[in-house]
Amino acid sequence: MSTLNTHAVDKQKLIKQLQHIMPARAVLHQREDLRPYECDGLSAYRELPLVTVLPETLEQVQAVLKYCYQHEIPVVARGAGTGLSGGALPHADGVLLSLARFSQIIDIDAERRIARVQPGVRNLAISQVAEKFGLYYAPDPSSQIACSIGGNVAENSGGVHCLKYGLTVHNIQQLTLLTIEGELLSIGGGGLDCAGYDLLALLTGSEGMLGVIVEVTVKLLPIPERAQVILAAFDDVAKAGAAVGDIISAGIIPAGLEMMDRLAIQAAEDFVHAGYPANAEAILLCELDGTNEEVSSHVAEVREILKISGATEVRTARDAAERALFWAGRKAAFPAVGRISPDYYCMDGTIPRKQLPHVLKTIASLSKEYDLPVANVFHAGDGNLHPLILYDANKPGELERTEEFGGKILELCVEVGGSITGEHGVGMEKINQMCVQFKALELSQFHAIKHAFDEKALLNPGKAVPTLHRCAEFGAMHVHKGELPFPELERF
Amino acid sequence: MSDISKNLQQQIVSACEEKRALRIAGGNSKTFYGNTVVGEAINISGHRGIINYAATELVITARSGTPLQEIKAALAEHRQMLAFEPPQFSDSATIGGTVACNFSGPRRAYAGAARDFVLGCNIINGKGELLSFGGEVMKNVAGYDVSRLMAGAMGTLGVITEVSIKVLPVPEIEITLAFECSARKALDDMHRWSRLPLPISASCYDGDRLFMRLSASENAVDAARKQMGGEKVAAAKDYWKKIREQQHAFFNSDKPLWRLSVASNAPPMHIDGKCLYEWGGALRWLESDESATEIRKQARAAHGHAILFRDMEGTANGEKFHPLSLGLQRIHKNLKTAFDPAGILNPGKMYPEL
Repeated sequence: MSTLNTHAVDKQKLIKQLQHIMPARAVLHQREDLRPYECDGLSAYRELPLVTVLPETLEQVQAVLKYCYQHEIPVVARGAGTGLSGGALPHADGVLLSLARFSQIIDIDAERRIARVQPGVRNLAISQVAEKFGLYYAPDPSSQIACSIGGNVAENSGGVHCLKYGLTVHNIQQLTLLTIEGELLSIGGGGLDCAGYDLLALLTGSEGMLGVIVEVTVKLLPIPERAQVILAAFDDVAKAGAAVGDIISAGIIPAGLEMMDRLAIQAAEDFVHAGYPANAEAILLCELDGTNEEVSSHVAEVREILKISGATEVRTARDAAERALFWAGRKAAFPAVGRISPDYYCMDGTIPRKQLPHVLKTIASLSKEYDLPVANVFHAGDGNLHPLILYDANKPGELERTEEFGGKILELCVEVGGSITGEHGVGMEKINQMCVQFKALELSQFHAIKHAFDEKALLNPGKAVPTLHRCAEFGAMHVHKGELPFPELERF
Repeated sequence: MSDISKNLQQQIVSACEEKRALRIAGGNSKTFYGNTVVGEAINISGHRGIINYAATELVITARSGTPLQEIKAALAEHRQMLAFEPPQFSDSATIGGTVACNFSGPRRAYAGAARDFVLGCNIINGKGELLSFGGEVMKNVAGYDVSRLMAGAMGTLGVITEVSIKVLPVPEIEITLAFECSARKALDDMHRWSRLPLPISASCYDGDRLFMRLSASENAVDAARKQMGGEKVAAAKDYWKKIREQQHAFFNSDKPLWRLSVASNAPPMHIDGKCLYEWGGALRWLESDESATEIRKQARAAHGHAILFRDMEGTANGEKFHPLSLGLQRIHKNLKTAFDPAGILNPGKMYPEL
């Protein structure tokens, strides 16, 4: 990290200054008040910030940024704190900037199918308000009841409907951004594209490294006339994987296509009693949506394909209640695994789908090697794999072994042509694996981009993109095929 | 099939050392677009070939000089397509140029633009470094989204050498309905229908009639047709091709052609000239002799921007794209420096300072 770490910040002076900017109650600095902000959804990483601020107006955010820029104080922006990669982990010498109070839906323009919202608005709240216009916001991360749209933009969040409806980047039209200097920028436009570079794409998923999002215009879609879910059981995960390819080859893009393996099925079944076939090696949940007529013909077609692909059982939800039940098992998969193990660690790799059998086999043998069970939940349509490693943090060394195992899984994803993160982001968690995903030149290009927005490197320092030195250190532990990674760097 | 990336890299490295400007050329199908670049040509069209296409994975990877036609043909064999329906303007158009310009056709408002389908890019930046971003998977949030940043950057940040694109199945059936109406009524109808779960995949109002294309299964298209009414168009495929390729009679003019990207429900503009509406009203082609200042003023008032798309007289060089705010100009210049510190890649193609 930069020299920032050694830069001493006068805490009392900072607090006083921040209290000039906003009411004293919006400036938290006592240990017990800071405690709720010490981590995000990845609770294994904790750090107390110097100060947490909860501004309520744009001018207050602007003033905080200007002050921090001038005095070279790190700033970490935080939405709902549901992120799973430590992206909102505070900086010990910095200000944690919570945008929780920016929770207004400013305007819904039903005619243009857009909603202007503040960054602290919850993902699900947008769809709930849009419903009366027959519209909804498509990206639906599992945390949608709690996660905020600002965080969704920062992480480029996905969900179970990405294959058909895309990620956050496909579903937003405009952003208002504050730079670290406190300058207000309008990114994107009222039309479908804008003048100049596609900064909207660059900022989406930039993990709070380039600016602070203070307003988002999202696109809304008409609520589909009908959705239907099919559940198929398989006696072999490879067959289930192949079935996904068969559905897509038939020209059908399901709204959702989820796979669970044996351990995940059993955990979910024990928890919510979704009626999953308990002895299956894998199940597929295939959601089809669209007009009534289209769904009818696709359901018939998909059922036929699944049977030919070797499904041992194919069920179509008879009614809305059963459809909800089918999904309940999948949606509860994480907490269900949480019931059968003291702790679990959720990975987020993506792979080309055809590599699924190979990847699952390798994960199974790593699982034996590390003596840690793994349940697999898979967004099968878009190749996003969530292996859940079961461990017990109270057993000495088990967290470290879990993290190492997790790192191996991510490196495997890269090796087969995938990515270390599909939707959770790099944050603090996968910073070392970035050295596996990218070469030194690419990481340098990322740093140059960061510099273009934040020359003093004050926004979320130390996250998302590792320094080359860090990679050299990490690489020393992982010599691949006898090649020294980052040979251009000095060793230390 | 040939890989000339090392050669291209060498050219860029020497140009960077000697601070010589390079004019990036592919199939020369889009040279009319953007400002004129003065520089030595670096030709990408020899760098061609489809590297990987797995229909069940919904992704194609090709070298940037691969002709668009070749890609479309490969996809068609598996009943798949580039869902952003890019125009070609000439048989020589390449996939690299298409992505660099972020050119998208009639399906754009309903399926997404070129940038939405880009999954990964290999580029050579202005220092001659060959870099790889994104990949062949649908979801990938490792690192900044440089691949999508390349879409529409017109080569000013890097020369695209390889691109991976998400593809989609060709719809089971497509029909087009036509409605005689005014521009105002056309805008109202497009908005009314777009709020309903109808399988709309294109829309165009050409001054006399509104054309709406429906793409889905046969029964779904039939049901939508009953709901919308209108008259079924016989040679619909040809109609959309002519719109996409700007071969429709509307485009047959000597006047400057402006491309306005605006709020879809903005009322018809008060500008002398002809206007053609696409993308549910969000894209407007304008043929007009009106001043750039006035056209840009009206585009801005409609929450959008205006590009001088074709300029027969070539008098507006350097000013074809909509001016950026001061804050955005600063970020743009910083980004240019981050990728191309010597300023050798397509200098001035978009803006004089980039």
